[in-house]
Amino acid sequence: MIIALSATAIVVLALLWEVSMPWIDRRLDARRRKREQRRAGDPGAAYDPGRERRAEQRARELLKSCVNEEEWALYRDLGFLRVWGGQSDPDGPSELRGVDYAYLVYPHKPIVAYLPQTGRLLNEYCVEFPDETRPYGSPRLPDSDDVLAKWMALKGDERRIIAEANLHLPGRQVDPRQIQRDLWRLGRWERERLARALRTGADSQRQAEPADG
Amino acid sequence: MKFLRMRPGFGEQFIAEGDVEIPEDERALVEEFRRQLDQGMWAAVPVTRFDGRREAEMVRVFDEIPRDTGRVIFFPRAAGGSE
Repeated sequence: MIIALSATAIVVLALLWEVSMPWIDRRLDARRRKREQRRAGDPGAAYDPGRERRAEQRARELLKSCVNEEEWALYRDLGFLRVWGGQSDPDGPSELRGVDYAYLVYPHKPIVAYLPQTGRLLNEYCVEFPDETRPYGSPRLPDSDDVLAKWMALKGDERRIIAEANLHLPGRQVDPRQIQRDLWRLGRWERERLARALRTGADSQRQAEPADG
Repeated sequence: MKFLRMRPGFGEQFIAEGDVEIPEDERALVEEFRRQLDQGMWAAVPVTRFDGRREAEMVRVFDEIPRDTGRVIFFPRAAGGSE
């Protein structure tokens, strides 16, 4: 009986060993690779959440210093920017002649073009700004830098960035329901902002009146 | 005039500074500008219009940079994303 149980235990252990060996091998390999990279001075080997946070903080400051106050407030509150399209000139060459259109700019997501008057989605423009020098192992810019790069490129040379982007129909990468929700949030945000501005204006006028009188 | 470059994992990095009215400074800035473009960067200049609106201008050669601009921002050139 004891011999049979011992034999079974040995077989079970052998099977477990066989099953877990590849996993253990992979873990040891990964650990060895990381140690070697660290020894070689490659900072990309160690993901540092503190560094990423600081990078994003710097990127937010830069974004804030470049965009309009209203745009910064929109990004801070809702997490995306709206950039008006520049090809709607009534005398312009494009098919959007005379029609206002805009882009929603999200960090590390496609730029979404839409018609503000109807909410109709036009296209998704998939575009990235990969830095292949990968200073910390990744080619991805901080979120706010990605947004600022899109903002500057759309403002400075809309045709060029649109030409570089991969064009897709809406819904390819960004859920249209999310965009509709964001457009609704944007509308509400603008109404609240306007109401606040009106209230502030009325308050200042009330405070100024006694002094005038 | 300051040159800043967006870097992954870092945010913007200061890369050069100089006074364009001083010829040596200008030469150094032109060289750095070319080096950044050769590395595949795009260059943009944040500007403020007469009505206070903030915009950006993309510049392809050093001479397109407004002389009185405070900073030029370099960022990796756009590439078509996820196919």
